[in-house]
Amino acid sequence: MTKVTMTVNGKAVSGEVEGRTLLSSFLREGLGLTGTHVGCDTSQCGACVVHVDGKAVKSCTMFAADASGSAVRTIEGMANADGSLGTIQQAFQDHHGLQCGFCTPGMVMSAAALLAENPKPSEADVRHYLEGNICRCTGYHNIVKAVLAASGQDVSKIAAE
Amino acid sequence: MYAFEFEKPTTIADAVKALGREDAQALGGGQTLIPSLKQRLAAPSVLVSLSGIKEMQGVCTGDDGSLCIGGATTHATVAKEAAAKYPALAALAGGIGDPAVRNKGTIGGSLANNDPSACYPAAVLASGATIVTNARKIAADDFFEGLFATALEPGEIITEVRFPVPEKANYQKFDQPASRFALTGVFVAKYAGGARVAVTGASEEGVFRWSEAEAALSGNFSADAVKGLSLSADGMIGDLHGTPAYRAHLAKVLTTRAVAAS
Repeated sequence: MTKVTMTVNGKAVSGEVEGRTLLSSFLREGLGLTGTHVGCDTSQCGACVVHVDGKAVKSCTMFAADASGSAVRTIEGMANADGSLGTIQQAFQDHHGLQCGFCTPGMVMSAAALLAENPKPSEADVRHYLEGNICRCTGYHNIVKAVLAASGQDVSKIAAE
Repeated sequence: MYAFEFEKPTTIADAVKALGREDAQALGGGQTLIPSLKQRLAAPSVLVSLSGIKEMQGVCTGDDGSLCIGGATTHATVAKEAAAKYPALAALAGGIGDPAVRNKGTIGGSLANNDPSACYPAAVLASGATIVTNARKIAADDFFEGLFATALEPGEIITEVRFPVPEKANYQKFDQPASRFALTGVFVAKYAGGARVAVTGASEEGVFRWSEAEAALSGNFSADAVKGLSLSADGMIGDLHGTPAYRAHLAKVLTTRAVAAS
């Protein structure tokens, strides 16, 4: 067993993990933060995306021990301090950017990473950046719309069937 | 996944020492290795993460003007920091996988794995790059030894890769959209001494140099020079995504496009 310490959503946490414990397992089973979803478990689908030291990574394809000493942010850290939905989350609700909602945590975390490096992305930028996040309900139009809206852009002309 | 012990050294010397343990395995970004561990295709007793080694990270310019990339540098960093000096290489790095994969996957990990459809081997071979390890320097032409095989000895670590910067270069990747690997990819680089062309994703033996195209392009670096050539389908990969003949054809088309775009 290895001792790991890190901050998760600004809070210092520690725990004992096996070498093979994935970051996604540590977050969900070790810390009870079940907002991070595990979809495919093969780094294809992106439902498990979290930020490690500000960078979007697939938490099912990183070991918890490798994240020791890092600052981790999960979907639980995306709400405002008063518990209300954060800007990106609110935009997903406003624009119906989710159907079953399973992919949403990863979508929101990837969108946050995109907007951090590119605050006013084009529709093409958003679609390209979300390549590693799969929505099996295929609700991509509204997801893209929500991300653009979260960036403060006018989305009234964006395609939405 | 079978159980293993996890080590995260902070120096190359400590990593070499840790990799001297029985059944130890190096871990780069883990974007291929972790899925392989989950499938129980690999079962190391000790996994040695290289991501904590600062001296193996980052992009710099060598004394001879070459572009040096630390073995543990992520694709996202190469995409950003190599853009000014070697744009074709930066574009290749920026097209690997997806953003989250690029934030973890490393150049050293990709080369050590030598997946027959990976992008980096094409750039390294077409650039005549040098692979620097903890023990020696290996020329690209001597490094790739076929499917998932390289000249690396057990426990040897890629600490740096040095790319001579070409006059012109371009990488054309025909994406396999589900895996985002190259269904076929071609990297073309023009140096004062001639052109080099490396093809990935096509051959059952992994990345290779297309010598006929190199000879033609070294005399006349234009898309027309490649038009009359054809690549044999013998030994090309055939699977549900494409036949050997399709991949051989793709390699030629992509070479033409790479020359036109460089």
